[in-house]
Amino acid sequence: MQASDFKSDQYVRFCPGCGDHAICMALQKAMAQIGIPTHEVAVISGIGCSSRMPHYLNTYGFNTIHGRGGAIATGVKTSHPELTVWQMSGDGDCLAIGGNHFIHEIRRNVDLNVCMFNNRIYGLTKGQYSPTSPKGFVSKSSPFGTVERPFVPAQLVLGAGGTFFARTLDVDMPTTVDCLVAAQQHKGCSIVECLVNCVIFNNGTHAWIADREQRAEHSIILKHGEKMIFGANNDKGLAVEIDPVTFVPKMIVVSADDPRVLTHDATQPDPTLHRLLGLMGQDRFTEVQRDDVQCTSDELPIALGVIRSVEADTYDQAVNNQIAAIREKSKAKSFDELTATLDTFLL
Amino acid sequence: MKNIVVRFCGDSGDGMQLTGNMFAQLAAELGHEISTLPDFPAEIRAPQGTLGGVSGFQVELGSEVYTPGDKADVLVAMNAAALKVCTLGSHFNHPQAHFDDHFALYHRNAVVIVDTDALTDKDLEKALYHTDNPFTELGIPESVQIVPVALTTLTKEALKDSGMDNKSILKCRNMFALGLIYWLFDEPMEKAIHLLEDKFKKKPALIAPNTKVIVDGYNYGQNLALSINQIHLDGKPSEAHGRYTSIAGNKATAWGLIAAAEKAGKHLFLGSYPITPATDILHELAARKDMNVMAVQAEDEIAGVCTAIGAAFAGDLACTTTSGPGLSLKSEAIGLAVMAELPLVVVDVQRGGPSTGLPTKTEQTDLLQALYGRNGECPAVVLAASSSANCFDFAYEACKIALENMTPVILLTDTYLANGTALWRIPQLADLPEIHPQTVPEELKGHFNPALRDERGVRYWAFPGVEGFEHRNIGLERDAEKGTISTNPENHETMVMARKHKIEQIANSIPDLKVIKSQITNDQSPMSETLLVGWGSTEGHLHAAANALGCDLAQFNYICPLPRNTRDVLSQYKRIIVCELNTGQFAAYLRSQFPDIQFEQYNEIQGQPFAVERIVDYASK
Repeated sequence: MQASDFKSDQYVRFCPGCGDHAICMALQKAMAQIGIPTHEVAVISGIGCSSRMPHYLNTYGFNTIHGRGGAIATGVKTSHPELTVWQMSGDGDCLAIGGNHFIHEIRRNVDLNVCMFNNRIYGLTKGQYSPTSPKGFVSKSSPFGTVERPFVPAQLVLGAGGTFFARTLDVDMPTTVDCLVAAQQHKGCSIVECLVNCVIFNNGTHAWIADREQRAEHSIILKHGEKMIFGANNDKGLAVEIDPVTFVPKMIVVSADDPRVLTHDATQPDPTLHRLLGLMGQDRFTEVQRDDVQCTSDELPIALGVIRSVEADTYDQAVNNQIAAIREKSKAKSFDELTATLDTFLL
Repeated sequence: MKNIVVRFCGDSGDGMQLTGNMFAQLAAELGHEISTLPDFPAEIRAPQGTLGGVSGFQVELGSEVYTPGDKADVLVAMNAAALKVCTLGSHFNHPQAHFDDHFALYHRNAVVIVDTDALTDKDLEKALYHTDNPFTELGIPESVQIVPVALTTLTKEALKDSGMDNKSILKCRNMFALGLIYWLFDEPMEKAIHLLEDKFKKKPALIAPNTKVIVDGYNYGQNLALSINQIHLDGKPSEAHGRYTSIAGNKATAWGLIAAAEKAGKHLFLGSYPITPATDILHELAARKDMNVMAVQAEDEIAGVCTAIGAAFAGDLACTTTSGPGLSLKSEAIGLAVMAELPLVVVDVQRGGPSTGLPTKTEQTDLLQALYGRNGECPAVVLAASSSANCFDFAYEACKIALENMTPVILLTDTYLANGTALWRIPQLADLPEIHPQTVPEELKGHFNPALRDERGVRYWAFPGVEGFEHRNIGLERDAEKGTISTNPENHETMVMARKHKIEQIANSIPDLKVIKSQITNDQSPMSETLLVGWGSTEGHLHAAANALGCDLAQFNYICPLPRNTRDVLSQYKRIIVCELNTGQFAAYLRSQFPDIQFEQYNEIQGQPFAVERIVDYASK
């Protein structure tokens, strides 16, 4: 199948320069690569810029109400596990108004592919801070800067028992396509945090890694089974160090040829290392940074790619299996047979 | 005697609901009509013996039974607190209150069976008595026939050789009382024991001791034969011939949904969140995996309705069940189902409101919320069941209307219907009306869009998995032709009217409003030009009131749209009294629909069903 098979006839209305354009194209490419026919795919969204996505994909789509995409997608997938179900959501839709549905779809491990577009701003309502805006962020609804701590999505997902977490960047098409394909192939609730730029209200929010010159130094693309090596010259590696007093493990940057360099295992059930990887470099987004803060040689890179992908029973399959098992054992399978089991009397 | 009302009343831990249900079921099996009213406190377990922990179960049995009865003819009071609550009614907290015909839960010539072992000083203290003679203190009139029975002692005596511990023995007191009531009604014991075996089939060790106690209770009745007379009910049941069972409204609702799904050839999907008094529907459907029911207990009320909307989008018969506060939370999502034009059944088991209100009590206060409680011009179908048994029919009808008209349907029941039981004539699936879901015809393959409508104005339903019907559904306004997002001003008005028309045309396929005619045929009767009007669960009480008054009754099950002949019916009467358990919501709705017709109101809002005699008092003024 071709990416064009997944393009709808709708004119794409994201702002020129918006990161959502890139994710839209990556989705069409990934869906073509996966090869599931358009009619077996349902794309569910809530409200927000990213939630416009179903209109641009030539599949079954449902652009619903703010924050509820996760619950609606859960209903689609649980009732019809044979469908491939995607959920398009943003940092506000998913982590603020829809936070409850988000943690519960992860907890239940519903087999959904969730693209969480994180631009750290409310774009469609024209520029208010979001649950991922750094502390101190100035916006129309926080003219003196926010005073609240933001969510780190990776931490929230792993805290809710997430079985799949990937992070990608709008300007990195190959990594985005890889993450989306991996999300679909993973059976369970797959969360892909798509770091996107809001060219109008939060331009340059991910410049730290989006700038081409800086990206190699400031990010690492994790690949399962490969050594964790990064840097413009591939000269740096990642290792874990245990603090001798507190026993707290932390990631450190070492030389690429250091024997301590880790090999990425996304399938490790224990989430400890995945959490450390997911948190790398997130300080840059928890508080507003001064412009003159420079990268030090030992600064941890932001992890992109599939950080975690472990197998676990999915809710949709478990629900359907239980029904099938009970139905097989039961004597009454129809309404008339059911009423025949009642204690009745004739008048 | 034609009808009689029995009330079992005791501590929440005394098993009054079980006792009452067993008695009602036996009565039903013996061919009596029944109507029941469980009346229990909101607390799961209030301190034992206190006024707050009193739990009651009332049943009317006989022929032409419309309600569980206003007041008991026979009362079983298992402790001092129950005696006080039943004597003083809602005034039980007033320190100076005495028996008053208006408030007492039993008649002044009733038979009152009291456990004398539960009237010790300690019991009286817990129930806040001031003296050591509860009967005098409560001012119980001499016409009330008090039957003192040492229930606790007699139960202990019956089980002294059982080897059971004292606590377990005391739990059987209710069965002694039940045996006594069986004797009072001269009911045969074989069926009663069979029923008991069935109730305890999962706890077989309890069958023998409970049987012993129930038989001893029955035999003890012989000792009382000198002081009270047995009661013999006459009159034949008026129901049509058929196979019957007794059923609670919530279970009937669940089964109506199950039957509709099978008839329509659809999977039944329930998305729900526990809420009193609707939770029993979730319980029943969660247990019916044998019927292929998928019941999702969602993370909140909103997710309950939203998972259902997801299932509807994917082609299932989708339902959500809730009570008033939950309906508030679901409002936005119901609006989505209106806009996306998806079939969805929303069951609202109304309770006392607003906010948390009276969670275990009954009220009809969600009508306007169901009709109007959404943003925008947002019409949906509103139905109301009017008996515990016809919760089945209207749950079925709600599904039929939703699937055939691509719309949310809100079904209103309430605590009274949900927990009360009635005789239900069990239908065969083949005898139920056909259901034709509005599935998209094959010839639209390749050029389908979600705005395409049939000649009735109902859009077609295409769902994922079917090739050639890929489309995008939306909560945004859609173009009337292309089905895509549109902000065009004229288009919006066109679409608002299309959604309105779609609901209005449903009136063409619902039955006409039937007037229940007075049994007094004399046109000269002072009430012949009076019509009682009600909706939903008040049918039994209004029927009884109309009979007593000699006037006609129009009871509405279809609220939106109204039956087409509504104006014709209403315009035949000079005096129309709209009776509701709220401050006049249906009356306000009727006035908005028929501004030229005069409506008088009779309203009660106390968390209880109507008292027939109060309606009669009002209307005969």
